[in-house]
Amino acid sequence: MTARPIAVVGASAAGLAAAEALRRSGWTGPLTLIGDEPHLPYDRPPLSKQLLHGAWEPERLLLRTEEQLAPLDLDLRLGTRATGLDTATRTLTLDGGERLACVGVIIATGVAARTLPGTEDIAGVHTLRTLDDALALRARLTGTGRRLVIVGNGVLGCEAAAVARELGHHVTLVGVEPTPMAAAVGTEVGELLAEEHRAHGVTLRTGAVDGFEADEHGVTGVRLADSGLLPADTVLLAIGSTPAVGWLAGDPALDTSDGLRCDAYCAAAPGIYAAGDVARWEHPVHGRPLRFEHRMNAAEQGMAAARNLLAELGESGERKEFAPVPYFWSDQYALKIQAYGILTGADRVEAALLDKEERRVAALYGSGGLATGVLAIGLPPRQVRTLRAVIAAPLPWEEAHPRLLAALG
Amino acid sequence: MKITLDADKCCGAGQCVLVAPEVFDQRDEDGIVVLLDAEPPAEQHDAVREAAAICPAAVIEVH
Ligand SMILES: Cc1cc2nc3c(=O)[nH]c(=O)nc-3n(C[C@H](O)[C@H](O)[C@H](O)COP(=O)(O)OP(=O)(O)OC[C@H]3O[C@@H](n4cnc5c(N)ncnc54)[C@H](O)[C@@H]3O)c2cc1C
Ligand code: SF4
Repeated sequence: MTARPIAVVGASAAGLAAAEALRRSGWTGPLTLIGDEPHLPYDRPPLSKQLLHGAWEPERLLLRTEEQLAPLDLDLRLGTRATGLDTATRTLTLDGGERLACVGVIIATGVAARTLPGTEDIAGVHTLRTLDDALALRARLTGTGRRLVIVGNGVLGCEAAAVARELGHHVTLVGVEPTPMAAAVGTEVGELLAEEHRAHGVTLRTGAVDGFEADEHGVTGVRLADSGLLPADTVLLAIGSTPAVGWLAGDPALDTSDGLRCDAYCAAAPGIYAAGDVARWEHPVHGRPLRFEHRMNAAEQGMAAARNLLAELGESGERKEFAPVPYFWSDQYALKIQAYGILTGADRVEAALLDKEERRVAALYGSGGLATGVLAIGLPPRQVRTLRAVIAAPLPWEEAHPRLLAALG
Repeated sequence: MKITLDADKCCGAGQCVLVAPEVFDQRDEDGIVVLLDAEPPAEQHDAVREAAAICPAAVIEVH
């Protein structure tokens, strides 16, 4: 009998980090990396930034070249979709019907872009999650003077709006929330971003989308529920995402209600681990299940899941709880927004520094009397790292706030 | 060990500096990574590999 492999499902940031960590931590047995996209693992953040802009070509997005992947000695299955997992026997089913019995499985299938029903067949209506998505949208945005309506004013919608303005298109950003990125950064910082977008010529609208107008060439407009029609020749749906857990739904041992539920070690079942955008794990410091769609988390959690799986298999080390300080960034125009900790759901936000002229911000976020997150715009890196230290573990607001002020000098 | 950087891709996340502060730093103006030691001593090697793996923009290459 040939040795059973460890399989990693999802060949992107989290899956690649897991595969590399398995090798670095001493796994010399067979290692299978399964991804349904046809491409070698590539990086997603530049899709809505440098790639959409045209500054970078797809090759720059590759996370590793073929030469860099070679030493990992992977059984790399690109263009292959996992369709089922039997946790009891750790057996994967692949779309060709093959069954793959594994010693351990790491699930890193990420999330997929949400769409609106009835838009699939309208030319000019796009989503932005994959390289193919980004190239299709970029092709649509060649030349200037397109009328782009972006539905959804979260992080992705805002980044795409900034790029499309820089390319010289007419951009309308529509959200159900009046303030862009309100869910991610709160209304005060969101308002500053709104001003930045307006100053660059983006039209901001509030409202729910009711439907689309189209002719034989494709989309011609976006109907809002109570404020009329927005003319458009291109539409980007940036309305969030759904965790890619559909293929796991058959196994009663797994909770897939919002991503794949894991314990503090990123384990979903014995020998089954998860990492990245798909994983909702018990954060030991925050004491509740959390799921992040952040690039840094994908790498860190991929590595943590790999190490914990090997520890469970008795291959190396002890299992360790995964307790990161979450981090995300976003680039819009010349602004770099950076945030550490937990900002969403904050019941208290205080901007210790809000310099609209210089576009410098330092803000503290918290809930239940604890400070849990910081956000920085336009601050030097050393200062940003000091801010991170303030909330590395949740601290009573009264202690954190003076420390934040001290860090700002 | 020899380190090279593709600093144009750096997004200034600063994770490398948290993991291996003896080897990496960031420019004050824009947070872009700076290499302090391209051939670090053996005791830094694990930290450098960790930094290369964790960097969210695949900037750091270890040879
Ligand atoms: C346009 C864009 C911009 C972003 N910008 C930022 C940013 O500025 N900052 C930031 O912190 N984060 C950003 N992110 C988020 C970041 O890219 C994600 O957090 C990261 O990609 C998550 O990695 P992952 O490996 O968990 O999942 P994904 O990258 O989603 O990868 C999952 C992979 O698994 C594949 N897959 C799914 N189901 C199956 C199956 N059944 N079988 C086989 N394969 C499967 C998918 O096709 C995909 O290739 C951005 C994301 C996008 C889309
Ligand atoms: S971790 Fe990577 S992206 Fe972040 S500062 Fe270092 S090199 Fe740049």
